[in-house]
Amino acid sequence: MQLLRRLLPLICCLLLCCQAGRAASADAIDDAAAGFSSSSYADIEKTVAAFAASGDPAAAAILQALGDGQLMVTEDHHLFIQADDGSLTDIRNHQKVAADAAADARPVKVNNKVRRAIEAAMGQLTLLSPDPVQRRAAAESVFHDPDPARLPLLEAAIAKERANGVKARLEQARAAILLTDASSSPPDKLAAIATLVERGDQDARAMISASMASADPAVAAAATTAVKRIDLSLSLWSGVQSVYYGLSLGSVLLLAAIGLAITFGVMGVINMAHGEMVMLGAYTTFVVQDLIRVYVPGLADYSLLPAIPIAFLVSGLVGIIIERCIIRFLYGRPLETLLATFGLSLVLQQAIRSLFGASNREVTNPSWMSGSFDLGGLVLTYNRLWIIVFAFAVFAGILLLLSRTPLGLQMRAVTQNRRMAASMGIRTEWLDSLTFGFGSGIAGIAGVALSQIDNVSPNLGQSYIIDSFMVVVFGGVGNLWGTLVGALSLGIANKILEPVAGAVLGKIVVLVLLVLFIQRRPRGLFPLKGRAVES
Amino acid sequence: MILRFLQRLPGKTDYILPALLLFVALLMGGLSLLPETASLHVSGYVVSLFGKYLCYALLALSVDLVWGYAGILSLGHGAFFALGGYAMGMYLMRQIGTRGVYGDPVLPDFMVFLNWHDLPWYWYGFSQFAFAVAMMALVPGLLAFVFGYLAFRSRVSGVYLSIITQALTYALMLAFFRNDMGFGGNNGLTDFKDILGANLQSDGTHAVLMLASAVLLCVFYLLCRLLIRSRFGKVLVAVRDAESRTRFLGYRVERYKLTVFVFSAVTAGFAGALYVPQIGIINPSEFAPANSIEAVIWVAVGGRGSLVGAVIGAILVNFAKTVFTGAFPELWLFALGGLFILVTLFLPRGLVGLWAQVHGRFTRYREAKREGTLRVETVPRHGDLPEAKLEVGE
Repeated sequence: MQLLRRLLPLICCLLLCCQAGRAASADAIDDAAAGFSSSSYADIEKTVAAFAASGDPAAAAILQALGDGQLMVTEDHHLFIQADDGSLTDIRNHQKVAADAAADARPVKVNNKVRRAIEAAMGQLTLLSPDPVQRRAAAESVFHDPDPARLPLLEAAIAKERANGVKARLEQARAAILLTDASSSPPDKLAAIATLVERGDQDARAMISASMASADPAVAAAATTAVKRIDLSLSLWSGVQSVYYGLSLGSVLLLAAIGLAITFGVMGVINMAHGEMVMLGAYTTFVVQDLIRVYVPGLADYSLLPAIPIAFLVSGLVGIIIERCIIRFLYGRPLETLLATFGLSLVLQQAIRSLFGASNREVTNPSWMSGSFDLGGLVLTYNRLWIIVFAFAVFAGILLLLSRTPLGLQMRAVTQNRRMAASMGIRTEWLDSLTFGFGSGIAGIAGVALSQIDNVSPNLGQSYIIDSFMVVVFGGVGNLWGTLVGALSLGIANKILEPVAGAVLGKIVVLVLLVLFIQRRPRGLFPLKGRAVES
Repeated sequence: MILRFLQRLPGKTDYILPALLLFVALLMGGLSLLPETASLHVSGYVVSLFGKYLCYALLALSVDLVWGYAGILSLGHGAFFALGGYAMGMYLMRQIGTRGVYGDPVLPDFMVFLNWHDLPWYWYGFSQFAFAVAMMALVPGLLAFVFGYLAFRSRVSGVYLSIITQALTYALMLAFFRNDMGFGGNNGLTDFKDILGANLQSDGTHAVLMLASAVLLCVFYLLCRLLIRSRFGKVLVAVRDAESRTRFLGYRVERYKLTVFVFSAVTAGFAGALYVPQIGIINPSEFAPANSIEAVIWVAVGGRGSLVGAVIGAILVNFAKTVFTGAFPELWLFALGGLFILVTLFLPRGLVGLWAQVHGRFTRYREAKREGTLRVETVPRHGDLPEAKLEVGE
């Protein structure tokens, strides 16, 4: 009797495999109940797979309950789902039963292996779901766990499928099953390889390379060429992906450096506290987000939008105060400015640490900035994409301001010839403050963006200051376009070196190259020409 | 030759600081050897602390030499300091022998931990003290030579030089943080047992190390003194004050700068080497750019362009740091940051220059009063010609 019990689930499995895909409600449940009452995890695991393949409409609910530990089974193979309040529902007639009617009910045993089987099974059960997103996910699940038993169900799904994208996924899953199944015919396998090459990702490559050792020479040859093709396209895509990451890093550098390009590049002031202006912007974002969450919770998703101008104002005001109290006494003494502003950066860091604590503060990503989408072989995350867009928008804004507004005109006039500008009636002192405040305010805006991808901590600015200076010096001091080119090329160089040399070594290599470059061309990529340079 | 050397030290004033330092060091060392019950006993901790200040003072001296006299603001001197420290640390690591946690006779503990089987080639020779000492001078010196040669030849100067020296030490910090560099990664080198056969934990060794630091500081102080009194030193000051003019007068400015930069790096290397056995650890955070900038502020506080000022500044600021971080750890960064700002704004010549500053202002005021006019001068900005002077007549 005991032996029979052991064998029973196996037999069910075999039976079910043969008739998978057909509606087999009552029988399937009976078989499943028999399997679930086993005390062996291996039996239960098999039963899960078989039950899922049976296509029973109630299967999803039952497996869900099993995963949650709410599926009960009695000695005489009755299945019940236990609700949270402890009441039992018979699966066959959906009637609630009194607790004493099933006094010997015990939960079906579940371990991690079984849970994994449930997850895989749940994935396939949704192959026929009305929601295309779910169907697509289900196809992926089958693809990653190709089991010949699922082929009939899959083929039914392919026949029914109307949406092209999902259909391709389903066909890839079918190809995966055909290719990995030893019993399928060589022509089927060749077709499968052709389908999988279209997919062209790492998983497809792994699957095809497994059949490179196939007994059939045609299949083996096709697999070899297919792997080569996939490798080529994969390396192409990974190159493009590196460039995208580089672009994203570059735009972060651009944001951090562009304020510096104004204070250092245009005014000639070395502001070592620039990183702290960025940090102030990030903390402002945190405060704004917290306030909005408390007072206007409905707008919490858009708290970044008001944070941008507020961070600009906060950092800009602090910048103006710094200029008035410290920097204006040190014009023409760049080394002293460097030291004083470094001291200032220590003070600001400690002030923030005292106010907000030394630990990281959490700034949440709004929903429209989280998640990602695929573009060919690329994975583009929304927050990186938004930051790229944002960085370029800020850059364009600054260019417009400098070249098209009276304020920009005056700023340029003062930096080019202070005395003449003063003679024309420009209040140069006031303009120094404004320019410095403007550069600091841009740093604050950079802080808003950085709060989305980096830890908001008192050390936030420190990690960007050296890079920012390198960008400005590399691009050529006093040249905004140089800063743009410098930031993007540094970002891309970093990310292209990263897979080759590792993240830290890549950064070191870039720094060393930069140091060498500056020694070759001390005035950067796009040096200013003319007499102003010599002063 | 040495006699001629010493004869060129004019005046007895040059010996005041070394004599004072040696006296304090000897006194402290002697007191630390008293039995612990004695009321004048100085603990080993205090002795090491003072030894640490002396090493910092030597570092400050090296920074002052390039910044105060040659006008090269290096924000990367911490790198030379740390490299010297690593050379010493490697020697001390090799001295541990089988007493490490894993008891490997050749490999330091962290290499056993990383599953390494052979000693990397650059660790060879460090079991010899003489070799290690040579490396303390050679490694920082060579780095300074290569870096300085490239930088000075292409006339990178001023702020640009400061920024790339900072990038240099930052890159080194990142590199030394890596485990596969073979310098202990994040944790650095530590758990030292003895130096030249003497136990590093004993008070006697601490006293000797502290004395050695004092002696080395005095030697380098006198060397620097000689250097700046010499013709070479005069040219350095000329380079600082008017580089182009000096070049047009026919001096090879790059060579002067390079020489003083390398000498200064070697000095910093020795400072680091003596620092490590007294602290008991060397790790990559010594390369942090902030450390190098802190060394610059010691010089600024004491008085840029004054060797005595550098020594005094380093000792004072670090003493304040010890007191502050003990009593009000929250406030130390405020104090340090404030020091940076106040010194650059109000004490351009540091504490040493304070007397001259006050005195000069006072005499000017008196003269002005006698002449009946008070003159308020505006500071020239952005290298412009001085703007109109405002006369406040009687």
